[in-house]
Amino acid sequence: MASPAGLLEQAQAAVQAARDLAALDAVRVKYLGRKGLITAELKGLGKLPVKERASAGREINRIKQTVVDRIAARRDRLEAAKMETELANRVDVTLPGRGQPVGGLHPVSRTQRRIVDIFAAAGFGVRSGPEVEDDFHNFTALNIPENHPARAMHDTFYLDTGHVLRTHTSPVQIRAMRSEGAPIRIIVPGRVYRRDYDQTHSPMFTQVEGLAVDTGISFANLKSVLYEFVSSFFERDVELRFRPSYFPFTEPSAEVDIRSESGKWLEILGCGMVHPNVLRHVNVDPEKFTGYAFGMGVERLAMLRYGVGDLRRFFENDLRFIEQFR
Amino acid sequence: MRIDIEWLGEMLERDLDPEQLAEQLTLAGLEVEPVRLSDAGGSETAKPDGVVLDFDITPNRGDCFSVLGIAREVSALDGSRMEPLTVPKVPATVKDTFPVTLVAPAACPRFSGRVIRNIKPGCHSPEWLRLRLERAGLRALHPVVDVTNYVMLELGQPLHGYDLHALSGGISVRFAGNDEPLTLLDGNQITMQSDVLVIADESGAIGLAGIMGGQGTAVSENTRDVFLESAFFSPNSIAGRPRRFGLHTDASLRFERGVDPVQQSRAIERATALLLDIAGGEPGPVAEEVSAKDLPDRKPVSLRLGRLNTILGKRLEPGEVESQLDLLHIAVTREKHGWSAAPPEFRFDLRIEEDLVEEIGRMTGYDNVPVVAERSPRHVGRATEAVLSEERIADALCSRGYSEVVTYGFVDEELADAVNPGADHVRLANPLSQEMGVMRHSLWPGLLLAAQHNRSRQQARVWLFEIGAQFACGADGVRESRVLAGLAIGAHRPEHWEGGARDVDFFDVKSDMEAILALAGRAADADFRQADHPALAGGQSARLMLGDEAVGWLGVLHPRLQGRMGWKRSAILFAMQLERAARARVSRYREYSKFPSLRRDIAAVVDDGVSADRLLRCVRQAAGDALNDVTIFDIYRGKGIDSGRKSVALGLILQDRSRTLTDTEADRIVASTTRQLERDLAATIRE
Repeated sequence: MASPAGLLEQAQAAVQAARDLAALDAVRVKYLGRKGLITAELKGLGKLPVKERASAGREINRIKQTVVDRIAARRDRLEAAKMETELANRVDVTLPGRGQPVGGLHPVSRTQRRIVDIFAAAGFGVRSGPEVEDDFHNFTALNIPENHPARAMHDTFYLDTGHVLRTHTSPVQIRAMRSEGAPIRIIVPGRVYRRDYDQTHSPMFTQVEGLAVDTGISFANLKSVLYEFVSSFFERDVELRFRPSYFPFTEPSAEVDIRSESGKWLEILGCGMVHPNVLRHVNVDPEKFTGYAFGMGVERLAMLRYGVGDLRRFFENDLRFIEQFR
Repeated sequence: MRIDIEWLGEMLERDLDPEQLAEQLTLAGLEVEPVRLSDAGGSETAKPDGVVLDFDITPNRGDCFSVLGIAREVSALDGSRMEPLTVPKVPATVKDTFPVTLVAPAACPRFSGRVIRNIKPGCHSPEWLRLRLERAGLRALHPVVDVTNYVMLELGQPLHGYDLHALSGGISVRFAGNDEPLTLLDGNQITMQSDVLVIADESGAIGLAGIMGGQGTAVSENTRDVFLESAFFSPNSIAGRPRRFGLHTDASLRFERGVDPVQQSRAIERATALLLDIAGGEPGPVAEEVSAKDLPDRKPVSLRLGRLNTILGKRLEPGEVESQLDLLHIAVTREKHGWSAAPPEFRFDLRIEEDLVEEIGRMTGYDNVPVVAERSPRHVGRATEAVLSEERIADALCSRGYSEVVTYGFVDEELADAVNPGADHVRLANPLSQEMGVMRHSLWPGLLLAAQHNRSRQQARVWLFEIGAQFACGADGVRESRVLAGLAIGAHRPEHWEGGARDVDFFDVKSDMEAILALAGRAADADFRQADHPALAGGQSARLMLGDEAVGWLGVLHPRLQGRMGWKRSAILFAMQLERAARARVSRYREYSKFPSLRRDIAAVVDDGVSADRLLRCVRQAAGDALNDVTIFDIYRGKGIDSGRKSVALGLILQDRSRTLTDTEADRIVASTTRQLERDLAATIRE
């Protein structure tokens, strides 16, 4: 049997010679295992004379501890080396990922959401209503009696039940004010229909209408809310122009143009102060309350925002168009 | 309306700058576009470099449908009130008149007529007059027609000229009898009802009052003696009729909106003078029938300064308001809080205080109204979670590979019928075309066409969804509901370098529906039940149930429709009623178990007809509370399994809420579960 010092030297050499973790483990078993060489030395201490036991024990334990430390150090190095090797196995990170692509969100939806979100942040509640309407809600309650020339402004689709496809989302104003009264601040998105079909007209399109009725609401307030909206929507300070116009349900009425980046005036929405007859139809006292209303075409705003030149693109549902918006 | 800018300049006695004028009028509510005729392709006339003003006049401003009306407006905006136009009277040289009776004086309270004898045949209107008509979009015809058109453009009063010899007896202005016939100038034959105002003589109706004259009494090449009509028809007696007959004429446009009720004789004098210059003739006296009490009543409107300032949101001085009203020919008298304002005869749109507020706003300029933020208290509504928003649904589907489409609310009835045979469609009374004839009963026809559009443009993979309304005939009218629907055709994943592509199938799309139901917190309530739909292939279609309510469909497109679309691959369709399916369950937190779970697998061999649903229900019932989850992780048919049977591998996750489950307890649960499977579903358990 080797001397303890020889044993240490032998063990250290074996540790150093271990080329991988399995070989290192074999070394550990050979020296430190239950039947290992160093373990055997420890077991053999009992056979020594009592006087020698203490110092011999210290020596063996020192050797054992040294071997344990050397093995640990060697393990760390081998593990680090193994990780290095594994990490050297590179994947082609430029290959495409796996799974579903993100589909397109229709630009009309996207634009409608932005409009509604802006007004919602300004305290307007969102309301909706039916696309098939009766004559009262679509026309009469909005101060457009039978035979009024303004009905010609709305080429209307009639159903054989005598109902109409709503020509604007304004009937929802009536429904909302009837059930909620005043004060009220609402924004109403939805599909509307007009019997008009050419390059610049679609028989179905999307409108967002807003209404605020409260005490002391003025045209100056209307200008303010629209300035805020337009600047928020286009994310820049936009020059606006208010032109007097005519809608049966507002008085005074105005059309609003924005100054495009090329300097041209572009019409974007209609608005005005709610006509007292409309307020009377919903039992709101026009002496106590005043209000403003505005309505805009979502497709029109989407065209300006995203540079779409042709209204018909919105209804062709071509994926090459829709997938440009997500 | 189009008018030559020189004509307007002549009436205003000054030269006009087209762009400046257009800007001024547009900002005052009269939208106008100057059109340079050289730009428009030129003209063969002597003045090819003219400018025509193209007006888009709102329906409330009937008074602006003339050179005179526009001139009045321009003057007011310039701050120079235009005095009423004087037209020299043409003295009568013969005594002839033609009798006129106002049978319906409320509808026609004023009728001026004049006989003009012996005009020269074969005359033509002079070049300057023809040019002005042409530039207004009217063709020069007979001098009588040209002169009446000219005066209409100049003064806003439509006139009509009759061949005197074609008139019998006398003229009466009355309502038509029921089903009374009339042949119009353009040769059209119409049948009228008793709410239609007509010009009639002893032979019957000879003209549609205020809209179009009749054929039998029109002037012609040979006409020598003329009877001129210049009447006031109340807007109510004309409105709506042009639309009914599809006759929107220059006359009806003006009468529907209201013409100046005091200038009928002035117009006839103007026309006489022009006609005599062109074709000579001997005028009789102007004979006017009038029912004064039926003429429009211009009631004074009260205007309060406080109200005006409140609505506009601007402080105006009383003197400013008064001078603006004066420029608009509105006569004011001071009252306690403001004024009593009497609008001029030619304005039909100034009836209430707000109308005057608009006038002051226009005159002040909307740009001069300040921008003032509201100070009203803010009301925050309920942020409801009880409805799954359409936005979240759309976002989820986009993330799962679908693109959103927007299709028309109306569809082709034939295709709609192919999708839902026997459906009771909501029909349009006046569709644009057959292809847009009925309201959609389902979103599938629109999705099929949208998919076809893309498939025929080399898109192999087309996954679409739409959220919108669909329409059905209900017991009490149209039943309208919000629906989510979708269609998927093509590979289940985009082509990938690992390969392994296959077509999208029923279960791919089912997981998308399940995802939406999960967003609403309704996944656990949903059942897919085997059911047949005419648009879906028999073996692979299911009805979505939420409790007892049928709320949707899922399935493979029927081969009949697939063939019709011209597709070689199958498409998967789905639909979900949002009113019910998106009624969300608001989450309620439940404490989860902190103890480890155990997994036990069972392979049960059952008849092919035993659905997964029945198997899982049986397992849940037998395993009880300790069952945390159960999955089906394999289905096997073939070698070792009797034909007509299948082996279903079930993974049970067992867990107790209050302690760690022992192996013995888990084994006991599995044993009772297998016993129940054997008893209820005739299962044999594979070891």
